[in-house]
Amino acid sequence: MQMHEWLEQEDLLRKKGDSIVGGYPYGFMDDGAKKDIRRSILKAVAIPGYQVPYGSREMPIARGWGTGGIQITLSLITPDDILKVIDQGCDGSVNAVNIKKFIQAVADVQITNDTLAATVVQTRHRIPEEAMSAGQILVLQVPYPEALREVEASEAETRRMHAEADYSRMWLYLYEDIVNYGEITISYRYPVTVNGRYIMDPSPIPRWDVPKLHMAETLFLFGAGREKRIYAIPPHTTVEPLEFEDHTFRVEDFSGKSCARCGATDTFLDEVIENAGGDRVHYCSDSGYCDKRSA
Amino acid sequence: MEPLIRIRGLSKRFGNGCNRCLSATGPEFETNMCPHCGSVVACNDVSFDLFKNEALGIVGESGSGKSTLVRLLHFEWDATDGSMEIQRNAGLDTMPELFADGDLYSRNLLGLSPFQKRQVRNALMGIVYQNPFLGLRMNVSSGGNIAERLLGAGWRNIGKMRKRAAELLEKTEIPLDRMDEPPKNFSGGMQQRVQIAKALSNNPLILYLDEVTTGLDLSVQARVLDLIRTLQSEYKLSLLVVSHDLGVINLLCQRTMVMKYGRVVEAGLTDQILQDPQHKYTQLLVASQL
Repeated sequence: MQMHEWLEQEDLLRKKGDSIVGGYPYGFMDDGAKKDIRRSILKAVAIPGYQVPYGSREMPIARGWGTGGIQITLSLITPDDILKVIDQGCDGSVNAVNIKKFIQAVADVQITNDTLAATVVQTRHRIPEEAMSAGQILVLQVPYPEALREVEASEAETRRMHAEADYSRMWLYLYEDIVNYGEITISYRYPVTVNGRYIMDPSPIPRWDVPKLHMAETLFLFGAGREKRIYAIPPHTTVEPLEFEDHTFRVEDFSGKSCARCGATDTFLDEVIENAGGDRVHYCSDSGYCDKRSA
Repeated sequence: MEPLIRIRGLSKRFGNGCNRCLSATGPEFETNMCPHCGSVVACNDVSFDLFKNEALGIVGESGSGKSTLVRLLHFEWDATDGSMEIQRNAGLDTMPELFADGDLYSRNLLGLSPFQKRQVRNALMGIVYQNPFLGLRMNVSSGGNIAERLLGAGWRNIGKMRKRAAELLEKTEIPLDRMDEPPKNFSGGMQQRVQIAKALSNNPLILYLDEVTTGLDLSVQARVLDLIRTLQSEYKLSLLVVSHDLGVINLLCQRTMVMKYGRVVEAGLTDQILQDPQHKYTQLLVASQL
């Protein structure tokens, strides 16, 4: 069955008042799968920053396109939830729209662009600008869950390094960066220490978003579908970017720039080449927040 | 005077082993491979004491188990049997859990968790291998190689780490303007000196030297040995010197153990062993050397 046929059939079924669509249970995954994923999430919450292996299920989109995030969202979502999905801050990009349509079809949830109105936010590579609260969950899609992969290719070896908190090679990587370039050159996927124990990959969010993870009100769940890992940062957990006493962590500098649409000077900005003349302007990366301010 | 560390009954067997392994291997059988089950007894029932600021030599031919011994004591391999205990006032103040109340010596360090072993190693030990590729990251700057150990010990200040690295490189006679160059650009003797600087970075009490001068030409050998002697007296190091070269042992070590097929066949003062060897194998060794 093609996706569009399935969605049409699902529409018909819903009109008839039948919640099971296309032969699939509510939320697409069977109860066993959801239970497995929820248990992995609980373990991840209990050990902040630790990567919990889980049996990643087949989704109707390719692995590497947000399947880890989708599986977490589907295993948690209920018909009362209000869902927001963003891709690099944008509510309207193809990946985000497709995921939204799919989840709405199989879980019958309300969709919003408003961060504060959502109960569950699934995101690729950004954290919304507006501070989220205790009742909300942020689900992050993760391509490479292993923060140490940059310095060690072997999975067995990185697991040993995590187990023994043997992180000197990661620190050495940063040291060499400073010696060679005068500063740490990691722009996104900036490694962080969670709860003073595990070094964790915060997914490819910009540095700008890293401080939002620290002692937050919200639960952050990270899903890597292709790599079959789930990890979490529970609320009120310390999240410290790796830094040296004499080379401290800093976020992107947008001083002197503002959003050409809403005028914001305190948001993460995307640089856009506006016309054939090559004029560069900046827009808020978080489109929902920009809409709200422009309205 | 109480020894710094006490090693008792240290053994390492590769393979499943059988109850005849020990009675069928060793110098009297001229093999360390058990003829019944094929296991290799790399090292059997080795016991000794190492005192503060002393250099103990381990001499023997290839395959006699001397490098195995160092790898066991550096926690790289797990021993099949045996114990290693360290004196209370040796500098493990950060790990009081290792010492039972009132005891002068620690619990058996070989039974610690990998995480604890790493802590003990970072606090106490340094190692210099024969092959600098084992001890250095060849693509990382020399300063970075030294910093790695400091980072492992919790240093988080680039300026201070570079200062410490510069001090050590200066001590080991590496020109400071080459500090940010990777060791792969260096000659063998220089690489060996960077390795020594790295091994000394965390102020170890015990330094393992595994055939450090093998493969270096004679004049470079002499300088490296000279450096080791100077550093030993400056930092009050205890050295465990593994070598098949009696000249190196003679120059560095006050006491020596002779190993063959995984057993210690003779131990005593170096002068005594060289001038009046008792065991047949030692006599052969000394005769072929001089």
